[in-house]
Amino acid sequence: MSTEAPPYAGLGRPIRGPRALTDDWVRFWHLTYNIARNEFKLKFFGSVLGYVWQVMRPLLLFGVLYVFFVVISHVGHGGKPSEKYYGVQLLGSIVLFTFFGEATAGAVRSVVDRENLVRKIQFPRMVIPLAIVLLGFFNLMMNLIVVLIFALISGVHPMLSWLELPLILAMLIVFSTGMAMLLASLFVSFRDIQPIWEVFSQILFYSSPLIIPVLTVREKLVPHHTFLFHLYTLNPLVAVFQQFRHAMVTHATPSIGATIGSWTGLLGPTGVTLAVFALGFWVFNRTAPQVAENL
Amino acid sequence: MRRPAVARPIPFPGMPRPSSSGPPPIVVESISKTFRVPEERTHTLKERALHPLRRTRHETFKALQEISFDVRKGEFFGIAGRNGSGKSTLLKCLAGIYGVDCGRIWCNGRLSTFIELGVGFNQDLAARDNVVLNGIMMGLSPREARARYDAVIDFAELREFEELKLKNYSSGMHVRLAFSVAIQVDAEILLVDEVLAVGDAAFQQKCFDVFNRMRDEGRTIVFVTHDMGALNRFCHHALLLERGAPVHLGEPHEVADRYLEINFGRDPEAAGAEGRGGDGEARVLDAWIEDEHGERPGSLPQGQRITLRARVSFMVDVEDPAASVYVLNDEHVAVLVATTAREHERSGHFTAGEEVVFSFAFDNVLAPGRYSPLFTLAHRGTGLDLMDRFEGSFSFVVTGPEAMGGLVDLPVEVAVSRDAAALSERVGA
Repeated sequence: MSTEAPPYAGLGRPIRGPRALTDDWVRFWHLTYNIARNEFKLKFFGSVLGYVWQVMRPLLLFGVLYVFFVVISHVGHGGKPSEKYYGVQLLGSIVLFTFFGEATAGAVRSVVDRENLVRKIQFPRMVIPLAIVLLGFFNLMMNLIVVLIFALISGVHPMLSWLELPLILAMLIVFSTGMAMLLASLFVSFRDIQPIWEVFSQILFYSSPLIIPVLTVREKLVPHHTFLFHLYTLNPLVAVFQQFRHAMVTHATPSIGATIGSWTGLLGPTGVTLAVFALGFWVFNRTAPQVAENL
Repeated sequence: MRRPAVARPIPFPGMPRPSSSGPPPIVVESISKTFRVPEERTHTLKERALHPLRRTRHETFKALQEISFDVRKGEFFGIAGRNGSGKSTLLKCLAGIYGVDCGRIWCNGRLSTFIELGVGFNQDLAARDNVVLNGIMMGLSPREARARYDAVIDFAELREFEELKLKNYSSGMHVRLAFSVAIQVDAEILLVDEVLAVGDAAFQQKCFDVFNRMRDEGRTIVFVTHDMGALNRFCHHALLLERGAPVHLGEPHEVADRYLEINFGRDPEAAGAEGRGGDGEARVLDAWIEDEHGERPGSLPQGQRITLRARVSFMVDVEDPAASVYVLNDEHVAVLVATTAREHERSGHFTAGEEVVFSFAFDNVLAPGRYSPLFTLAHRGTGLDLMDRFEGSFSFVVTGPEAMGGLVDLPVEVAVSRDAAALSERVGA
């Protein structure tokens, strides 16, 4: 064996093994973008109708929910001013939830399914869940165009508060990314995360204000079960959907701040969002160096 | 770094390493790597929740132990070892795919890796998207990666299949594409794992040409192999691993010798009394091989005079028996056959209970590798009327500087003559 102690100066960069992140952010972005782009391409060219399905999915879900809940069960049809443009409110929320669902469900298997990449090339591991979120974002943008068209047809007028959209999306994206990182790294060690998350995702779907408006929930809970209502509003999706309905569709629906009672109430869902992101980041960052061995 | 002005010849045993001017591309300082192998792997959260207190017991597996070496610029560095000796793990540590437990690795220059088959291609996409993504993974910008696509696809000879999804590629096509990407990213250091195992002969030759070109350009190649021929042909320096520990660091031919010793020398001396043929009127009791000094080593270098001996006991009186030896190589081809029937047809009269030793001495011109001798005893005549057949009692290893590929390495006089006219005259005469 070579016995002479190597002088450490000028030896180039140390190889430290796999990491979640990198110093080379340009490469990081190119990788994320290209993986997302390839997946997008696969979906786009994968089937005969291609992208039509991607847009059809939330629309079909919307159709089903609209017929059963609005036409048959008369949810959101009470003639309250806050339920003006209920269809647009519903479709908008479905599109936002579709993003959340795709980003998280897609992220669960993402690292494990890319085993052949992870075990053969050194690259920042965080790229994988982020690419899944980015892919969901591409779809979200396409779907939001559909929502816009639907809203204009329904008679929604452009408002200055539409400028809040980036902020609303930012909260949704940060929350989804946190979940995506958490799920992707947990699935490596616990393979039953997938069914667990499917169930959890369903719970979130029905407990978030997609079909049942926040005001209806508040009417049921507030005088006697205020604590439960505060628990309910801790879900960041409640804040995202409600503010979307207020800012994007009609001011007849109260803003999330007004719904909770005060703007300080927003600290709850914001805190949850940041906590989920921090937890997801921390777990992913910790497990990333060993992922290639544990697969 | 002073570059050679002209293409250097393929390294031969004893070829000096490039001078160590400038910072070394790779320095490895006593790295170790341990894998934890859980005995019962908890794969689900449910199991964890049901048995929160049960500690998963881990067996640790030491994949790499205290490995140090440095690779010089412009050098071909070989990592040899048997399957499971840790050579691929070492390469993955160099590539940064696995982290090491202790020790340090430094790397100077852009690294390109070609690890195992098909470097993480997406099977549902065509070649272009995969090539571009792989290029970016290895550190190219998207623009550079796209610009190199044509060169990659042409080198891989896959132009007519470029529209095909990768799942429709053959494994050879996969490897060609992956290798082409790896060499097109302009890396100063190329890490290659078992590239020679796949691809047809023509593509292999192309890879060798690339290796030679890269070496001439002063780039560095680290490659993992268990093909000692390739090790000898290409490497300036090599490391032999066995069970994760470094066994030898030095000249490729030394490493190749040690490799053959480790691989074949410690083969348990299988008792080979099974399936003996013949009528049993005589039995080979024991057989062995001796070198010039009468020693019985497990491995013998080429060029020595060696002797195969068999101790034979006769059960009944036998007239003029014929003893033969077949030296079989790994592929069970008889490389050498010798018999007493040729020179000693009348070998004489042997009485019941007599013990004799038959010897076969020859100059060791066998190609490096493992050999197992087969002895037969036959009655006088055709040699097919067997008394005994004695096989598999031992094997021996021949070591040599280089496995050229022939069955034997006879001394060959090589000459070049410019005087073609005179030569053909002589042939004509």
